[in-house]
Amino acid sequence: MSIAVYIAVMAGVTYLIRMIPLTAVRGKIKSRFLKSMLMYMPYAVLSAMTFPAIFYSTGNTLTAAVGAAAALLLAYLGLPLIAVALSASAAAYITGLIMQSL
Amino acid sequence: MKKQHFGKGLIHGIPIFLGYLSVSFGFGIMAVRAGLSVFEAFAVSLFNLTSAGQAAGVGIIAAGGSLTEMVLAQLTINLRYSLMSLSLSQKLDKTFTTPHRLAASYGITDEIFAVASAQEGTVTPWYMYGIILISTVGWCLGTVLGAAAGGLLPPAVSDAMGLMLYGMFIAIIIPPAKKERGVLAAVIIGAALSTALYYLAPFITSGFSVMICGIVTAALCALIFPKNDGTEAESGGESK
Repeated sequence: MSIAVYIAVMAGVTYLIRMIPLTAVRGKIKSRFLKSMLMYMPYAVLSAMTFPAIFYSTGNTLTAAVGAAAALLLAYLGLPLIAVALSASAAAYITGLIMQSL
Repeated sequence: MKKQHFGKGLIHGIPIFLGYLSVSFGFGIMAVRAGLSVFEAFAVSLFNLTSAGQAAGVGIIAAGGSLTEMVLAQLTINLRYSLMSLSLSQKLDKTFTTPHRLAASYGITDEIFAVASAQEGTVTPWYMYGIILISTVGWCLGTVLGAAAGGLLPPAVSDAMGLMLYGMFIAIIIPPAKKERGVLAAVIIGAALSTALYYLAPFITSGFSVMICGIVTAALCALIFPKNDGTEAESGGESK
């Protein structure tokens, strides 16, 4: 089978999944429960995607844990997204260097 | 106004651009190993704009799998986007007409959704296009670089870059969790549930796990900490 067919099917399914709810739901949802749920959804989803996956994101649990701790601390202090993201990576990188030199 | 919103979206998309550049670099390397050309890898990234779904898709292509398998894999891994779209449908401003919705649907990813959700109030089409454009450029550029020149980057650097997107997620969820008990509960329960599923039910794919955790956690938090939107009494309980 041609790779183009695979790619078209893949892209079509993925697009429909994203498009249908965004296009079909026009009004404001009235139910307080549903509204609350949708309000909490992003935080629940992002937190579930981050933990425990972050600890496996660098190939070494220790460097990843240091990076995660740095991210938590800097986010708690209210630093901008990009600063938190870059510092977390830098912390993991530096931890890796230190581990190698030991 | 359009330009202003577009520019704001571009700037808000910079962390996503950097994160995608590193993540898709890995995808590019993987795609070439699976037998795709650099151009095919680029096409997959351009038309799908999703990490786990693409990784699974390329695996199916490499194994010569059926189209049914492809449809099912994409459905289960990417179904979480429909939750995000549903949530985002409540944040779109009134200039978001059907054509704009059809266009912006292309770019609902975990990260773009996260950044758009973190905005106060509503979001406009051009703001979304700004984030989507810069993110897509990062995703496709990283794919091409990875496919064409993978292995040139020192592993220590690419390993550390793997943390970037998670760092961004943390920066999104922590500040509101400091302010609101309900959000703090969502963050803690979401993390705990996801960790439990990861170790206790490893047969559940990551896409499914995210959906289960998202729905269960958000429902629990909505029950315990219902949001008061001002139109109903606090003690109203379940509303219509």
